[in-house]
Amino acid sequence: MPSFKRIAAILLRQYYLLRGSAARVVPLFAWVTVDIVLWGFITRYLNSVSHAGFNFVPALLGAVLLWDFLTRVMQGVTMAFFEDVWSRNFLNIFATPLSLGEYLTGLVTSSIATSAVGLVVMVLMATLAFGLSFFVYGLMFVPFILILFLSGIALGIFGCALVLRLGPAAEWFVWPIPALVSPFAGVFYPLSVLPTWMHAISWLLPPSYVFEGMRALVAHREFSAGLLAVGGGLAVLYVLLAGWVFSRVYRRAVRTGLIARYSAETVN
Amino acid sequence: MSDPVLSVSDLNKRYGEMPAVDGISFSVGRNEIVGLLGPNGAGKTTTINMILGVLAPSAGRILIDGVDVARRRREALARTNFAAVYAPLPGNLTVYQNLRIFGLIYAVSGLRQRIEALLDQFRLRELRNVKCGVLSSGEQTRVALAKAMLNRPHLLLLDEPTASLDPSVAQQIRALIQEFARREAGGVLWTSHNMHEVEEVCDRVLFLSHGRILLEGDPRSLPRQHGRRSLEDLFIALAREPLAPDVAEHA
Repeated sequence: MPSFKRIAAILLRQYYLLRGSAARVVPLFAWVTVDIVLWGFITRYLNSVSHAGFNFVPALLGAVLLWDFLTRVMQGVTMAFFEDVWSRNFLNIFATPLSLGEYLTGLVTSSIATSAVGLVVMVLMATLAFGLSFFVYGLMFVPFILILFLSGIALGIFGCALVLRLGPAAEWFVWPIPALVSPFAGVFYPLSVLPTWMHAISWLLPPSYVFEGMRALVAHREFSAGLLAVGGGLAVLYVLLAGWVFSRVYRRAVRTGLIARYSAETVN
Repeated sequence: MSDPVLSVSDLNKRYGEMPAVDGISFSVGRNEIVGLLGPNGAGKTTTINMILGVLAPSAGRILIDGVDVARRRREALARTNFAAVYAPLPGNLTVYQNLRIFGLIYAVSGLRQRIEALLDQFRLRELRNVKCGVLSSGEQTRVALAKAMLNRPHLLLLDEPTASLDPSVAQQIRALIQEFARREAGGVLWTSHNMHEVEEVCDRVLFLSHGRILLEGDPRSLPRQHGRRSLEDLFIALAREPLAPDVAEHA
């Protein structure tokens, strides 16, 4: 039975760190603000020169907002994990009654809090400054956000597993993960423009279903709720798969002594 | 005699063909402080890591308060705590924040009062809101020990708790740990390279070399039994010639 106290401990740790450090708070909204401003002006410019009657704001600016949300969710998980890497805290954390499930739930919960800050800032900026109306998406905005949230969680947990397996230096593999996924997810263009081999990968990625659905709604084309459900199912599957991978990597680290060495190797 | 708080049987850890811990068995009783001694690389930290559940044994069994660490990890670790020189608490959190977070992880009841009591016991009240990263070595050790006492552990594991401390602070730390063993009915497994400290504090010592226990006994009488003037002399002899015939005979 998971203990809420233990999950709360991980959440509280993140709260303490955020409260005491502007360097941790500012990135929660600074980069997404820059992105929204940049893409807001790009969409305005495209609207002014295209003369095609197509509104780029919900298609492009909306896509940027949703993709940034996924990125913030992923980074919310990995940043909370990196706090233990940077402070060489694994031995203290894992030599306690804290279970792996509780630890990961704590990371995910803290990511919900930090990514919500980014989402609210982005929505306000996009709505107030660039006139993005979420009525275009209607109620579908909820499953869109949910699928992207689950995808971000899955990528975040997978990134943590990668760093646990390969060591602290592997942190630099984690930051570009969203950039590597985005061309396949069709964030800014329909999947139909991709070559066949990329297309095949795209349909394995839950965000692809969200961005295809979003573009269909914006263009008033037929929208398949069934396909979105497939994306949701895949997202749930990937969260479970990422949890399984993390658990396997952790068990290997316990077998090889890596968990203990994460703290000790810098001293000896 | 009551059941031991720690019971280790046939514990083994191999890395490939290399044995790091080679079939050791020992126990720690209640109110007992046991010293785990040995040269660098003898297997002391490996043993402690296996007891803490962060390193999987290749074979053997570890029971804490009768609870198997491999099968009921959470239950076993809830009765345990530790302090090690190589595992400082996060330096970007204050003393109080660290104690609160670990208190929640150990599900300590009456946490607020427990933290206040420990702040007094370990003379940390004035450092309560200071980040651990800026504390001196002695202060960090006191915080690590306060964290180790949070859940009133039945088994306390201390890996060189007084390393890098000045003699005065080290003496205070020893007194606090002795008091814990006397009052809380807990057992302590203690590693140290300071033989004078071991003689002063430990009720019993285990000499570990190449992953094996070579000697076991009272640190005050062991040197005489083996024709050495002091525990330090005995340590040096064992470290340099761990499998000498007279030692092997007693092992």
